[in-house]
Amino acid sequence: MIYRENGQFKTSYAADQQIFPILQDRWAILGILAFAFVAVPLFADEYLFRAILIPFLILSLAALGVNLLVGYCGQITLGAGAFMAVGAYAAFNFIVRVDGMPLVGALLLGGFTAAAVGVVFGVPSLRVRGLYLAVATLAAQFFWDWAFLRIKWFTNDSSSGSVSVSNLSLFGFPIESPTEKYLFCLAVLVVFALLAKNLTRGAIGRQWMAIRDMDVAAEVIGIRPMYAKLSAFAVSSFFLGVAGGLWGFVHLGSWEPAAFSLDRSFQLLFMVIIGGLGSIMGSFFGAAFIVILPIFLNQLLPWLGGLVGVTISTAGVSHAEIMIFGALIVFFLIVEPHGIARLWSTAKEKLRLWPFPH
Amino acid sequence: MAFFLEVLIGGLMTGMLYSLVALGFVLIFKASGVFNFAQGAMVLFAALAMARFSEWIPGWLGVANPVVANILAFIIAALIMFAVAWLIERLVLRHLVNQEGATLLMATLGIAYFIDGLGQTVFGSDIYKIDVGMPKEPVMVLENIFAGGLLINKEDFIAALVAALLVAALALFFQKTATGRALRAVADDHQAAQSIGIPLNRIWVIVWCVAGIVALVAGIIWGSKLGVQFSLVTVALRALPVVILGGLTSVPGAIIGGLIIGVGEKVSEVYLGPLVGGGIEIWFAYMLALVFLLFRPQGLFGEKIIDRV
Amino acid sequence: MARQIGEVILDLQNVSLAFGGVKALTDISFEVREHEVRAIIGPNGAGKSSMLNVINGVYRPQAGEIILRGEHFRQMNPYKAACVGIARTFQNIALFKGMSVLDNIMTGRNLKMKANIFQQAFRLGAARREELEHRAKVEEIIDFLEIQHIRKTPVGRLPYGLQKRVDLARALAMEPQILLLDEPMAGMNIEEKQDMSRFILDVNDQMGTTIVLIEHDMGVVMDVSDRVVVLDYGKKIGDGTPDEVRGNPEVISAYLGAGH
Repeated sequence: MIYRENGQFKTSYAADQQIFPILQDRWAILGILAFAFVAVPLFADEYLFRAILIPFLILSLAALGVNLLVGYCGQITLGAGAFMAVGAYAAFNFIVRVDGMPLVGALLLGGFTAAAVGVVFGVPSLRVRGLYLAVATLAAQFFWDWAFLRIKWFTNDSSSGSVSVSNLSLFGFPIESPTEKYLFCLAVLVVFALLAKNLTRGAIGRQWMAIRDMDVAAEVIGIRPMYAKLSAFAVSSFFLGVAGGLWGFVHLGSWEPAAFSLDRSFQLLFMVIIGGLGSIMGSFFGAAFIVILPIFLNQLLPWLGGLVGVTISTAGVSHAEIMIFGALIVFFLIVEPHGIARLWSTAKEKLRLWPFPH
Repeated sequence: MAFFLEVLIGGLMTGMLYSLVALGFVLIFKASGVFNFAQGAMVLFAALAMARFSEWIPGWLGVANPVVANILAFIIAALIMFAVAWLIERLVLRHLVNQEGATLLMATLGIAYFIDGLGQTVFGSDIYKIDVGMPKEPVMVLENIFAGGLLINKEDFIAALVAALLVAALALFFQKTATGRALRAVADDHQAAQSIGIPLNRIWVIVWCVAGIVALVAGIIWGSKLGVQFSLVTVALRALPVVILGGLTSVPGAIIGGLIIGVGEKVSEVYLGPLVGGGIEIWFAYMLALVFLLFRPQGLFGEKIIDRV
Repeated sequence: MARQIGEVILDLQNVSLAFGGVKALTDISFEVREHEVRAIIGPNGAGKSSMLNVINGVYRPQAGEIILRGEHFRQMNPYKAACVGIARTFQNIALFKGMSVLDNIMTGRNLKMKANIFQQAFRLGAARREELEHRAKVEEIIDFLEIQHIRKTPVGRLPYGLQKRVDLARALAMEPQILLLDEPMAGMNIEEKQDMSRFILDVNDQMGTTIVLIEHDMGVVMDVSDRVVVLDYGKKIGDGTPDEVRGNPEVISAYLGAGH
């Protein structure tokens, strides 16, 4: 009853097209942003930043990228990790080889490089779809795994493909402490989320969804599948590239190719499936879920084991984690293919009526 | 020259082993239109079962003879794979009838993770041995034609033989039997097959059981060669390009594709590898598959993929 | 039919189409004049849908030409057809199930939207203006087809008759010169058919759109169309005004039956 849009009439198309047309939603978002930018840094400790918040923010960005491609445009990808890697290593190269390259510049250039690579490896989507496309994206994953390990130029002649960066700063402000890193990633995420929302509610977003829903009909109304699909790969890879740069620069500090392996690609795919395909909020839900679940299980399982008198080792927990991920994927695909985002919007629908039954 | 032949033969044999794993993919796809990403996990799971049971049985049942232990372990592992097949059909496939390919693919990805975790929880995550009496020593052949002879691995040779036999049996099954035809109908269109009275669920259980056995055989052979460990899953991932090359619906395609990939990998690693830094095995197969996807997505022997308006 | 019927806008010459051994169309020739309503009729399997598919490039004929306002097209594809001003609806409603009615119709404006990805991402200036402009135009179509009440509904939830209307709206959003309607009344009850006939006539009348439609309901065809083409087994067996065609003995025996 509190959450009703009764009385909120829109008198212009512009008002109707807002991102948050319902007043309560606008207040909620402002509240969340205020909380995230102001309250969290005051109360969170270093562990919270390092282990949960910063990975959540960066992986949300990556999940957003994957969702644009898989959820909005319907092109399956198992090679998302490779594009994160391209973004990270490209940003690294720009920092190392170009004097005075600012952090944001390097990250953006890393993103654009990843976008270009994304377009190239997206070409198979013009010929095949579904599992065939999945195999094609795996080629990207394995190729770049190898390239960053063996091609010395990419890693400034490091022997094992591992590189590192330090002394990050933004317009003179250092980005060293967990709080500073958190705020930087948060700012980047908010900007990119806005961009993603604008794209998905604009003409290109409709093109992507048309291709996803019925690409033959899309062509008939004047959408070129090539442009739509390759632009989806480009934008998605851009997001992934920037996320990769953030992951390497801000979260890890130093990394090797294994940070962006096939496991990472699967992890991202799981995030968008569980969170909700074709939903911006879904990317956040999925990322939160996947980041928090292992930590949650790490506490829960030994405790449960303790209840029944069984000790569960850390290896045991990680195996259980894998099983639970797998089971959850299957569960969501069967029960709620639209993921947590759908559960959330169903809840909101109910909330509009509550406490009345209808 | 002799060296090249050795590389070639080595490649052919590895290729045969890839074919074994690829067979599992082809079977399931042919019969249910599902691309089973979990095949690799099934190979590992089956191999783990075999390895651990052959270890445990002498202790539990006091059986001293390793051959008997192995046979018992094989039977138990096979039964476990049947159970896995039945559970997968019951809990997952049944609920996803007529969903599109991408959804099913992601579901099998989930199954893969689940089986992976389950295997490690139940059977452990160390490296385990499988010893089914495969000869380990290499042998020299053709010493009179080539100076010094060609070094051939007996184990690989036997593995290749087993694979060939299995493949021949399966090819016959699909082409010549009524069940085989029913399986092909199901792969074509679930609903249509259901509506002419083909018992979808039973068929799927049968197919996944057969795929499970194939996974078990592949697991035993690979496990015997490499030891049973997680990298088996990576091997299975290598089998995906094989089915792309050969054609997802073709059993002979799985063999030819496997041979091509096996040879291609070895030859390119030996002759091309040093030029670009080595280690190209991890992507050679996939890049080859990529080329095929661009120009001939149905593979060498697969059916043309038709898009209806 | 208040519009003056103009010159030939679409000319199909000797079109032949075969799928493997099956001859869908054999040597079909007819023309369509600007502002007219041209019906294509014939028994099931006569090749009507194939004809429409050839016009908008979904199928490529083995022989024959499509001449649009004097321009010859040996090879047409759906995108080119859309660019040239040909829109169509589908027998099996090819709507985008994951989007709302409004978004579906907005996709029809795609060719007219020029803002690039960067402009759309930041939603400033040109992109913002465009969205509002085209939204206004789409709302006109929504008013015209009386579907205001369902504009935010996901199309998958709509009843069949309304889905067909949305299909029509999407085609109209392209502001086409030639509108191809593939059995627009299929599966409708009498009321829905009356509504749809009214809409089709209004489109032809108010917007001047040339319409080529496939329809089975003879009453509708006779009332709505200016001229009719009759196909049977992929061959043309009749061509003229509804009255002329009705009196054609070949057409009667093949299709209309003794009752007419």
